Amino acid sequence: MSTKTVTDDSFATDVLQSEKPIMVDFWAEWCGPCRAVSPILDKIAEEHADKLSIVKLNVDDNPETAMKYGITSIPAMFVFKDGEIVKRVIGAKPKPALEADLAEFLA
Amino acid sequence: MRELIIIGSGPAGYTAAIYAARANLRPLVIASSVEFGGELMKTTEVENFPGFPEGIMGPDLMTRMQQQAERFGAEILYDDVAALDLTGEVKRVTLGSGDVHEALAVIYATGSAYRKLGLPEESALSGYGVSWCATCDGAFFRKKTVAVIGGGDSALEEATFLTRFADTVYLVHRRDALRASAALQERAFADPKIQFIWNKEVARIYGDEKVTGIGLTDTVDGSETTLDLQGVFVAIGADPRTHLVHGQLDLIPEGTIAVDGRSSRTSRPGVFAAGDVVDPTYKQAATAAGSGVVAALDAEHYLASLPAELIARATGTDAVTDEIEARAREARESEARVAAPTA
Repeated sequence: MSTKTVTDDSFATDVLQSEKPIMVDFWAEWCGPCRAVSPILDKIAEEHADKLSIVKLNVDDNPETAMKYGITSIPAMFVFKDGEIVKRVIGAKPKPALEADLAEFLA
Repeated sequence: MRELIIIGSGPAGYTAAIYAARANLRPLVIASSVEFGGELMKTTEVENFPGFPEGIMGPDLMTRMQQQAERFGAEILYDDVAALDLTGEVKRVTLGSGDVHEALAVIYATGSAYRKLGLPEESALSGYGVSWCATCDGAFFRKKTVAVIGGGDSALEEATFLTRFADTVYLVHRRDALRASAALQERAFADPKIQFIWNKEVARIYGDEKVTGIGLTDTVDGSETTLDLQGVFVAIGADPRTHLVHGQLDLIPEGTIAVDGRSSRTSRPGVFAAGDVVDPTYKQAATAAGSGVVAALDAEHYLASLPAELIARATGTDAVTDEIEARAREARESEARVAAPTA
């Protein structure tokens, strides 16, 4: 199962108005660590589908949103709750480390 | 249990896997969950790996090595090593998932980890203007001013790469000469976007939510200056990743794992080390690959010297098979050939 994709156009509806906490993975094709962490995020999304949504935003195709949130390093994984950023995780990490970072949203 | 586990998936780990798999050792490669492929996964064009006259992208090179290892039967696990017990005849490798794998021999090829500046504000601003990966983050600094800290090959590669995006790239080095290779130096000196700042050390990184500048201290006269900029790329070298083997393997004063002469044999029988984790000097993809070859051949010879019953247990066969016998004989003969000239 692959996680859902969001865009500049769908960001307000899909992310900012999400009822559940939602994590946005800011990524790009040319970023090796982004590709490495992607299957791990798919796995976390699958295992915790009831608690946390995880979506992907390609920063090349959607520069407006990437710029708005000041992305300067990817992968950047931001958790949004009620339209606000409540958690920032930067850089590819092994699954247990990511789960520890996200513990409050997965419990 | 199996015969051989290889920890690491850079040029050393994958090359060891290619040789070991072709020798029918059916190696298990623990490749790491996010850093598989090693340091070259974060690079762009690799111009000095032999066999690629037009150059090759780092991640493509590593994918090819992985495929080559798999072609001959290497098994690759994308997980991290949580703990390692190298003390007994049977080595135990515990993974992040909790799974435990056992083998008679281990090749340790974990490479090195980027060095940090050691400033208190560094980790808070990491991802907000402080970066260790120009190829990952460079594109976010279009028309901005950035600095690369360091004077080696990777610092100059990053600086040259960043000129694709940034208007100005400062190269801040604490000495007045570079360690980098001549080809890279010439390219950087000729680049109008790169400005060299000699004899300066980073004393501070400014910025609350994102980087706004750096404070520099002169290494000669101690004077202090600041630079306004938006990005800091740290390329001050790397330290061998030995934390899993502390107390189990001897290290040399430079911090790498001690090996016996030109071999890969560590202070423990059955444990071999290869790549940057044993190399305080050269640290090239091609030298790491060569070092992986050495480790695979050393492991092969070691396994051939073990009692056939033990190998049979490791390979899951109940009896000593003809194949094991034949292989042991072949390895003994080739060892005799290697030893002959010095005898």
